Amino acid sequence: MLENNDRQPISLVRNDNGPEDVSARFPRHRRKARGAVSRTILRRLPAGVVTVFAVAVLVYAATLILPGDAATSILGQSATPERLALLRDELNLNVPPIRGFFQWLGGILTGDFGVSLVTREAVLSMVGPKLANSAVLIAVAAVVSVFLGTVLGTLAALYKDSVFDHVLTVVALVASALPEFVVGVLIVLAFAIALPWFPAVSMLGTGQYIWDEPIKLVLPLVTLLIVVTPYIFRMMRASIIEALGSEYVELATLKGVKRSRVVMRHAVPNALPATIQVIGLNILYLAGGIVLVETVFNFPGIGSTLVAAVTARDVPVIQFIVVLLAVFYVALNILTDVLVLIVTPRRRFAR
Amino acid sequence: MSGIKTLAPKPSELPQQAPRRPPGILRRALRTWRGRIGAAITLAVFGVAFLGPLFATGSGEELNTMPFGPSVAGSLLGGDDLGRDVLSRTLNGGATLLVLAVLATALGLIIGTAAGIWAAFRGGWADTVVMRIVDIILAIPTLVFALLLLSMLGPMLWLVIVAVGLSHAPQVARVVYGAAQDLVERDFVKAVALMGVPSFRIMRREILPNLSTVLLVEVGLRLSYSIIIISGLSYLGFGVQPPTPDWGVMINENRLGLGVNSWGVLAPAILIALLAVGTNILADAIARAGLGEDRANDLPNPDSLGGR
Repeated sequence: MLENNDRQPISLVRNDNGPEDVSARFPRHRRKARGAVSRTILRRLPAGVVTVFAVAVLVYAATLILPGDAATSILGQSATPERLALLRDELNLNVPPIRGFFQWLGGILTGDFGVSLVTREAVLSMVGPKLANSAVLIAVAAVVSVFLGTVLGTLAALYKDSVFDHVLTVVALVASALPEFVVGVLIVLAFAIALPWFPAVSMLGTGQYIWDEPIKLVLPLVTLLIVVTPYIFRMMRASIIEALGSEYVELATLKGVKRSRVVMRHAVPNALPATIQVIGLNILYLAGGIVLVETVFNFPGIGSTLVAAVTARDVPVIQFIVVLLAVFYVALNILTDVLVLIVTPRRRFAR
Repeated sequence: MSGIKTLAPKPSELPQQAPRRPPGILRRALRTWRGRIGAAITLAVFGVAFLGPLFATGSGEELNTMPFGPSVAGSLLGGDDLGRDVLSRTLNGGATLLVLAVLATALGLIIGTAAGIWAAFRGGWADTVVMRIVDIILAIPTLVFALLLLSMLGPMLWLVIVAVGLSHAPQVARVVYGAAQDLVERDFVKAVALMGVPSFRIMRREILPNLSTVLLVEVGLRLSYSIIIISGLSYLGFGVQPPTPDWGVMINENRLGLGVNSWGVLAPAILIALLAVGTNILADAIARAGLGEDRANDLPNPDSLGGR
């Protein structure tokens, strides 16, 4: 009897603040929600395209600000005139900059990314396999760090101020500050030299992919995890602590809901939006962080390719990778926003 | 059984003089354990970097031991890849990194703060233009942005400062913009604007001082990231150039001898790690002191995260 009296006001409060999926009871809202998602995508997409275009302009302009002539500066003073003429032609330096840019852009849109100045190979077939390796590294790192970060973050929040929590918090604070190449060389020292369990370098034979030799993925992966997981952990811990202190959790607890159900149904779903944003940022960070990590391990990915291209001033390869990273950034940002929208019922209805 | 309690303090409890100004954020941060530990680590590494050359036995460029030679009495940390003394190189290798990091941080903060305040104060097209530029630069990872600039003009130290400073600027601009937008709406800003005070003066005298907390937090974070990025650039070969001793360069040079004499990598790696961790903990303590335990309560600033 008492329970019934209580249920009415409590469920009302939960509908306002809680994670309970109201749309299940009101199918009309679900349709609305889908509208909000597609509207967000439509609103964000043009800005994203503009951003990528601007990055392309920036990257192309960067090749034009080379002191003197790009071709001379790349080949050096001793280059033969024929070689220079050939390179000028390849870099589109014989045409006015604006036209050169649009020719380059047109090439990109039709899948022609130019030819590497060093290997004389088509950029796409040269970078493609590296991209696959890096994608595997980033994807595995993202999945594992999300799992570790959310689980450890939730546990630390549940056992706040315990020894477990304090140790994890300090470890996270230290690990998140460490430069990735320092972590990398220390990992090599520990697990490739002191304890020779894994290969110190991840070089592959020609035509091989990283999934052919997964053992070479281990150390770069561990390095990325050490650098990235702390951020997800900290955000999840803070968000869960905030959620656990909220009124709807208090009410659910007072109503007699089991602790595990309070955490899984009330606290975790409400901590997700903020954590998803941090996860999105972390994956973006991974896209840049692989540059150093891949170099430490000689991992055949786009990061080490970019460093090699920058060293050799392989302009078409640099342009391709930077534009690729910008596309990734824009796409992931939109995806993050959409995911946040989907896991936050309140926001869906507000629009 | 006194029963009645009065909320008013007894006359003797009233403050005798005007309340003292609350201690500054930095001082409050240094009262916490976090702040003290962070400051102590940072100071210690700065000490090694700037006082180290006084204690080093040489410039670190002489060949005086075997390549990857062992630790002996005259050469405590052994030799590096060419047979130079690791200890001398370590003691001489921090100053450049720190000077570059401090200058890059200053440059990034100045540009970012100016752009952020200007965008928030002007609003309209200035707002749109600045924030669009911020979005565009943020679409390129910081390290890649710096590499892009360095690849075009070649590895020069001033360019490292410019590249890293410029890559910090959009992140700083975003944070400052957010904080300044609140201030622009406040009455005291509107009042001075109505009094006819010139815009630049309002931005400098009214808005900037009120951003000191936000900026102090940013100084700590940006310094930490500058150290990470610049040492990373040196490691990749685009920062400090060999044979100049530098911690980032040393890690790269001595990587192959990791199994023979690991000090060549360990000594600079530990110092860079301590420096990054120390400045980061200090920044964290400042954020807690400045923004309050609740807001800074372990919430990493999402904007600054992308800064690495």
